[in-house]
Amino acid sequence: MSLSAWVPIVGLLVLGALFSLFSVAIAPIVGPKRYNRAKLEAYECGIEPTPQPIGGGRFPIKFYLTAMLFIIFDIEVIFLYPWAVSFNALGLFGFVEMLLFIGTVFIAYAYVWRRGGLDWD
Amino acid sequence: MTFLAQSPTLQDFGHDVWWLVLLKVVGVFAMLLLLTLFTINYERKVVARMAQRPGPNQVGPNGWLQSLTDGLKLPFKEEIIPLTADKVVYFLAPVISAVCAFTAFSVIPFGPMVSIFGERTPLQLTDTSVAVLLVLACGGMAIYGIVLAGWASGSTYPLLGGLRSSAQMISYEVAMGLSFVAVFMTAGTMSTSEIVRAQANGNPVNLLGLEFTAPGWYAVLLLPSFIIYAISAVGETNRAPFDLPEAESELVGGFHTEYSSFKFAMFFLAEYINMITVSAVCTTLFLGGWRAPWPISAINDGMFNQGWWPMLWFFAKVLVLLFGFIWLRATLPRLRYDQFMRFGWKVLIPVNLVWILALAGIKTLQNKATDDGTRYTIIGALILAVLLITLLWPSRTPAPAPNLEEQLARRPKGSYPVPPLDLQVPPSPRTRRDVAERQPAMAGGGAATDETGPANSDEKEV
Repeated sequence: MSLSAWVPIVGLLVLGALFSLFSVAIAPIVGPKRYNRAKLEAYECGIEPTPQPIGGGRFPIKFYLTAMLFIIFDIEVIFLYPWAVSFNALGLFGFVEMLLFIGTVFIAYAYVWRRGGLDWD
Repeated sequence: MTFLAQSPTLQDFGHDVWWLVLLKVVGVFAMLLLLTLFTINYERKVVARMAQRPGPNQVGPNGWLQSLTDGLKLPFKEEIIPLTADKVVYFLAPVISAVCAFTAFSVIPFGPMVSIFGERTPLQLTDTSVAVLLVLACGGMAIYGIVLAGWASGSTYPLLGGLRSSAQMISYEVAMGLSFVAVFMTAGTMSTSEIVRAQANGNPVNLLGLEFTAPGWYAVLLLPSFIIYAISAVGETNRAPFDLPEAESELVGGFHTEYSSFKFAMFFLAEYINMITVSAVCTTLFLGGWRAPWPISAINDGMFNQGWWPMLWFFAKVLVLLFGFIWLRATLPRLRYDQFMRFGWKVLIPVNLVWILALAGIKTLQNKATDDGTRYTIIGALILAVLLITLLWPSRTPAPAPNLEEQLARRPKGSYPVPPLDLQVPPSPRTRRDVAERQPAMAGGGAATDETGPANSDEKEV
């Protein structure tokens, strides 16, 4: 199959990019500017903003853990897709293979669950 | 079937002349902008009606131009960039969000083959053999827009909102991706136009010797997948009741707290386009796409499935789904973050995996190539597996609640003394007096104390 079916996707992407870049760039030009020192501080409901290191500083390990679990399951999903598309052609062999694969991931899932990796406390 | 000839196949894509491609691209783009303006008003009106208010009714006929004027106002407002912001990323984040939202819509089918200015072409921008993957990829990239917006603002609330949003979106993306597997299995393809075609006819089902035609819509045929998709779509678009990244009561505006003027408008636009996109994907994958619903589709040998009619059914289905989104927002309170994550990881994903395996098992059994011996082996193995899992499933005994001394001992050394978690506050003397007055017959003796919970003896004398 030729790549010509992909051209409209790129077209829409470019149009969307042009539109959003244009509007993001034009806004500071057409909008008013009234300098005020307090306006430029980070918003924290009116109190003095907490000094925060640029680049995030430290945040809970749970977010990393979720990201790692996501990688495991997303790869599982990606492996499931081609199997699902050609499911009818693969027949019993494909079914058993996928049973083993999902079973393996399921053991990891049960392990993570029991170790409390899925709890958010 | 005459109308099936109208249905585009993958070979019909990629042959358009350049001006037709341009026309379609601009058409989809303009439609997205218009639909967004409409949806904002639609949402405000519906939510207002549900709260017994009139909603916007001043600008334009019945207030339908309210969102347009709001949008035109925004670029003429001052743009405030906090000093702590990382300028380049701060600038790019809304662009990433908007571009991903626009691009995802390029594979949504609106209708069958039509002729535009004498050119025969499918009523769809384009389609590829991995079209649904493109939608998922755009959803994945959209996370960058939100996380980078939160990170680049250099402020506390946006950072928290961005982090929450990233964890939430990747969690629900897994559930969403898994809910598609059953659709691909049944349709045998990942191209959107072919999935619509696969839902055109009902499947003949032979259940216990009873022949009947199951409806073609995957929402009926694959109901668990549909439900899981509907739930995870709400989580994926950060909409109420899963709108934790912009929980107003906790995080002000979440990841876009520090954004103003047209950069804020870009995030707003992206959110609404994402809403429309997931509704359109739901329509395509589960609700028969642009095909007319059953009683209408039978009229006059599929007359309403031809030409430009399907646009009507498509948008009608999308609007019904959008109404569902708005209804949820007007009805349900926001979930707590840990409940929300637990629901995604501990309910949606395992249910989805079991459902996929069950469906694969059923399909293998139905397969004509499978002989009887294998069939019984599979059924036996499945029963054995279920028995083994139920036998080996570890029973959970609840941990005993720690008493006061244990809780005190668990505290880090030198920390400020805090009351225990299960501290029972004795009722105030006034409450006790009020209760006593309300129930004069029970006032004397221990009855009143029973009503107001355990009270210790020194409180009584106050």
